[in-house]
Amino acid sequence: MEEDKTGTSSTLSVSATSIKVTEVSKDGDALTFIIVSQKLSGTGEYHVDRTYEDFEWLQQHLFSLEDVPGIQGIIFPPLPAKAQLNPSAKLVKQLGLLATGENWMLYCKALEAYLQQVAAHNTLNKTKDLETFLTSAEPPGRQKVKKGIFNRLSQAVEGIRKEGHKDVDEFFKTERDHNFTLTGFSKTAAERFLEVVLTEQKIAMACGHFAASLQLCVEAGEDPDMQTFSKMCVKISEVMVSMKSNVQKVAENNVSTLGLGLDLESRYQEAEKEMLFRRTCKLVELETASRNAERAKPVKKAAMDEIKRAAEKDFDHTSGVAKQEIARFQRARVDVLRQALIQWCEQQLLTAKDSAELYKQHLQAFRGPASSDPSS
Amino acid sequence: MNPPPFPETEEQEPVFSDMGDGDSDEGEDIFLGSSPSVPQPNIKAEPTDLFGEQEARSAAPDLGTDGNSNGVHSDDDNDLFSDAHVELPTEKASGSAASGPRPAATFGPGTTDMQSKSMEQLEEEEAKDTFDVDVAVTNPEKVGDGMHAYMAYRVSTKSTLPMFRNKAFSVRRRFSDFLGLYEKLSVKQSLHGCIIPSPPEKSVVGMTKVKVGKDDPSSVEFVERRRAALERYIQRVVAHPLLLQDPDVREFLERDELPRAVNTQALSGAGFLKMINKASDAVNKMTIKMNESDTWFEDKFQEVETEEQQLRKLHIVVDSLVNHRKELCGSTAVFAKSMAMLGNSEDNTALSRALSQLAEVEDKMEQLHQEQAASDFFILAELLADYIRLLGTVRGCFGQRMRAWQRWQEAQSTLQRKREAEAKLLWANKPDKLQQAKEDITEWESRVTQYERDFDRISVTVRKEVLRFEKEKAKDFKIQIFKYLESMLQSQQRLIKFWEAFLPEAKAIA
Repeated sequence: MEEDKTGTSSTLSVSATSIKVTEVSKDGDALTFIIVSQKLSGTGEYHVDRTYEDFEWLQQHLFSLEDVPGIQGIIFPPLPAKAQLNPSAKLVKQLGLLATGENWMLYCKALEAYLQQVAAHNTLNKTKDLETFLTSAEPPGRQKVKKGIFNRLSQAVEGIRKEGHKDVDEFFKTERDHNFTLTGFSKTAAERFLEVVLTEQKIAMACGHFAASLQLCVEAGEDPDMQTFSKMCVKISEVMVSMKSNVQKVAENNVSTLGLGLDLESRYQEAEKEMLFRRTCKLVELETASRNAERAKPVKKAAMDEIKRAAEKDFDHTSGVAKQEIARFQRARVDVLRQALIQWCEQQLLTAKDSAELYKQHLQAFRGPASSDPSS
Repeated sequence: MNPPPFPETEEQEPVFSDMGDGDSDEGEDIFLGSSPSVPQPNIKAEPTDLFGEQEARSAAPDLGTDGNSNGVHSDDDNDLFSDAHVELPTEKASGSAASGPRPAATFGPGTTDMQSKSMEQLEEEEAKDTFDVDVAVTNPEKVGDGMHAYMAYRVSTKSTLPMFRNKAFSVRRRFSDFLGLYEKLSVKQSLHGCIIPSPPEKSVVGMTKVKVGKDDPSSVEFVERRRAALERYIQRVVAHPLLLQDPDVREFLERDELPRAVNTQALSGAGFLKMINKASDAVNKMTIKMNESDTWFEDKFQEVETEEQQLRKLHIVVDSLVNHRKELCGSTAVFAKSMAMLGNSEDNTALSRALSQLAEVEDKMEQLHQEQAASDFFILAELLADYIRLLGTVRGCFGQRMRAWQRWQEAQSTLQRKREAEAKLLWANKPDKLQQAKEDITEWESRVTQYERDFDRISVTVRKEVLRFEKEKAKDFKIQIFKYLESMLQSQQRLIKFWEAFLPEAKAIA
């Protein structure tokens, strides 16, 4: 199917916040995601299965929405990189925190966030494509993306040098600088947090090794001193098993709350960066068109003026949409981070309390019956 | 997911020599908190546990009140002998199943009276709480400059034992003094068969850094590690009833100036191991097969070897745990910095504040991880390392017993040859040579008797020492594990506080 005619009047029939990516199943090297969403009117839900290509299809169609003036000013919700079974080292690096969860659960959460963000966006959620994606039993056409659409919106190679182009608007100048800083910092923060989590996993593994090795030290026998020693090895092994599960839980908490939050923040800042760049490109277009119109010979003047007016209109629309998007984004990201931080703190607090309780029990058991007997 | 295979067993090298590489711009030392000398985790910094616990508890070694003026057993071999003999039935009585019948050695009937008296005394002593010597090694100080510099440590003793001149005193000792003490003890005939604790190993790498004057974290850690190891060494020495009586030990603790120990070449790490292996090889490469009437020694030796291997494996695993914890410190610190930067760049005030608080929480966690790594290391890893070395020493004792047996056997062979020679001479009728032959026989007969006695004595000593060692080991491990558990619990409790403090900050974001 070619580009859909996107009707601006269609509304999504499901609740944006109810969209969940509940499962992932493996089919060879490919992953299939189950998406569940609740109907807005009446009861009932939709269950659909989608592959990553389906998500890409959706994203491309969003990029190519027609009849949306200033569309280039929209900060498009970022789609995570494609996940694969047995990912290459390069892909693992690209996915960062999203590759660490158990069974791709974290990745599912990222996809879920993407869909919820699209569904909550007042312009993007009007497209029929989203409705089809979420509700149709049939997978939306799974063809290769048309290059033309893609290039219209992404950073063209020759556009890189335009990135530093001076702005005419104070608001945008500030925003571009700010975004530049935050993009860098949030990416770094996400990467460094990943390092923390990976090291925690290594510690958990080492505790496991220790526990297993201790079990090997247990000797059968009647010598009471040997028995004491063996019993102790068993106890220490149990303690190490507790420690292992504590560290694992800490790592899990890290990744599923703050990790997810930082990853999303980082990718969203990138999305804003792309939008700002597109606007800057429009600015360059406008300035070029203005210069051409000024220098145009009378014969061409009218045509050049027309081009200039079109460019101006486009630029103004884009800037207008961009301003709204930025305001919306600022509010949304604070919310996301707030949620992430609260959940992170609450979960870690709970884990710490559980572990403290467990260690207390181990201590009791250790002290316990043997404490009154001096020779054991 | 299979755990990776264990790497090759390796000689113990200071764990921290590569630590400096990781976080070069941190300059932060993992093991020094704010306290200058004792970066041990939040446990009271008393001189080790072995002592502190023993003061509070039980199973005192055999410091007896048998009426001698120095309050300790006399040095008389006979007393030692009969005590040792008697203690075995005592141990039987107190519930430790003797692993076999009495050793081959037998004694004259005269000792029976002595037996019952000492048995009572010994049972009493076992139950006593007192342990009258407390030793600490503290205050490492660099003396001198350049390549001739050395670290001097303060060795402080507190004791109510009358054998010391004062109740509390301290001296300054250097590393070679500790080695020298070991050197002297390990060659004493009277201590043959005893499990003499060994001092920490020499380290050219570690010491060179210290001499050269680098104040970096890895040098500081090296010194602390050594100080703690020297402390445990000397505490184990004084915990041993025989060693405590030894005049060299007393001199080490009390004497103001100690003559420089010179023969410490043999005691580098590799040298020590070689010595031990040579001794225990004697057990394995016997030219004359020993017929043990009681399999206790064979079985025990096997157990010791097995256990040593197991502890080595454990040590490798714990080492890797320590390293990962240190990595975690580094990555936590780096993450904290990036969150601080994010917080600083943030426009939204409440979010900015929360992110900065997050950075502070992470800094505190880094501190926590450092302490946990210290716990892992000083409590677990060093415990395992100490016992790996001690088990090596135990193997060595078995080797000494084997050599004693060999010497006895060889003497018996020689005696046999001398008797045959005499017989030949009788036949050949050479009276003057005959006299010599008779003298030879007499000499060798007494040697055989002597060596047999020596062998019996060392057998008894080894057996007694091993039993004592196992008791001490079980206790030692228990104490250390308890400490470790306490430190784990404390960490969690502190974590809880951090999170409880942070939660309102997170909730305040709007």
